[in-house]
Amino acid sequence: MRVAVLRQGDYLIASIQSDLTDSEVVALRELLLERVGRFRCRGVIVDVAALDVIDSFVARALASIATTARLRGADTVVVGIRPDVAIAMVHFDIDLHPLRAALDLDEGLAALDTLTGGSRDAR
Amino acid sequence: MDEHRTAGPAPAEVAGDDRILHELVTHLRNERPALRQEWARRITDASLLSVMTQSEVFSEVTAAYDNYVSALETGSVETLQTYARDLSERIIPRGVDTDEVLGIVLLLRDVLARSLFVRYQDDREMLDRVLDAYEPAANRIAVTVGVSFVQERERVIREQQVAIQELSTPVLQVRERLLILPIIGMLDSDRARQLTEQLLGAIQSHRARVVVIDITGVATIDVTVANHLVQTVEASRLMGASAIITGLSSRIAQTLVDLGVDLSMMRTVGDLQGGLEEAERLLGHRPAEAEDVAREPVGG
Repeated sequence: MRVAVLRQGDYLIASIQSDLTDSEVVALRELLLERVGRFRCRGVIVDVAALDVIDSFVARALASIATTARLRGADTVVVGIRPDVAIAMVHFDIDLHPLRAALDLDEGLAALDTLTGGSRDAR
Repeated sequence: MDEHRTAGPAPAEVAGDDRILHELVTHLRNERPALRQEWARRITDASLLSVMTQSEVFSEVTAAYDNYVSALETGSVETLQTYARDLSERIIPRGVDTDEVLGIVLLLRDVLARSLFVRYQDDREMLDRVLDAYEPAANRIAVTVGVSFVQERERVIREQQVAIQELSTPVLQVRERLLILPIIGMLDSDRARQLTEQLLGAIQSHRARVVVIDITGVATIDVTVANHLVQTVEASRLMGASAIITGLSSRIAQTLVDLGVDLSMMRTVGDLQGGLEEAERLLGHRPAEAEDVAREPVGG
């Protein structure tokens, strides 16, 4: 799969390298949910900076990753959405409320720290 | 050009047209001072070019006359086109209208035609042939000048539109991570779309976390534009920036509610000052202590 999933402390970082097929998107969701449970992660970052296009299927999948990861105890932040991609996404008839977003990886990590009250080791 | 050829009596005489054209041009050159004077007088009589002074009109008339005659002579309108563009560029900012420009060119056509009538009135056949040569060329010149003027004006209008568009949506950085977007005037779909693009670009380049969109200067809003605004806020969020809308007038607020636009996702604050305070809070800068204390009883 063209997605690198790294573990950083309590957080998972999934970096999507290139456009994904629908089945790869579904597989990514399963993989992330499984890892969240296994590593007891409290935050997930999905980096989509490499994507020129996010279609409605991927947008819906991102929202559902956020919702399901929340059910398993992890907050999700999507980072790297480009301006034109953002404009396209708000025109889909999709509820994007569950989706949290940040400008880039740095901002995403900062947002997760705020959401989860910092890394567990730091407390 | 075709018109010119079919106007000639027979193909054999086409060669003769050049000679006639030459004679016509020589006549107009000889009569230059008088005809120029006559043209300028008729322009003044018709109160055309009223924004220009007498001497300006006269110097313009001289240049235009020479260009006109040489266009007649060569049949090439390119030099005249350049002159007409250049002239338009100078007179458009002074408020000269299309009808004035066309009126002036048609006046010159009439002045010259009248002079041709006088010159050849005794030779009916010659007059016909001279007019055959003169009329199509003169008409083409009139069209060229008119078109050049309109094109030039359209170019000016396009430039101004671009300038207005750039001016109309300034995205200002107030402090690190905080942008203000003051919107003034009419909001239509085009402008709303352009505004969204500019804002998102600025969020990226300034790494903004909060944007305050101030619509104090917007008088009315309709459903389409309101939805655009909602989408702008949502798109900003996807770029990691929270948007705060300020300055919703009571009229707009009532309109939006009556129209049933869902604004539950929007963070709105009464005025720009309040919006900036809210933005500072979101950014984690604590407002002055005294203000907090003063606020406590109200909130609690």
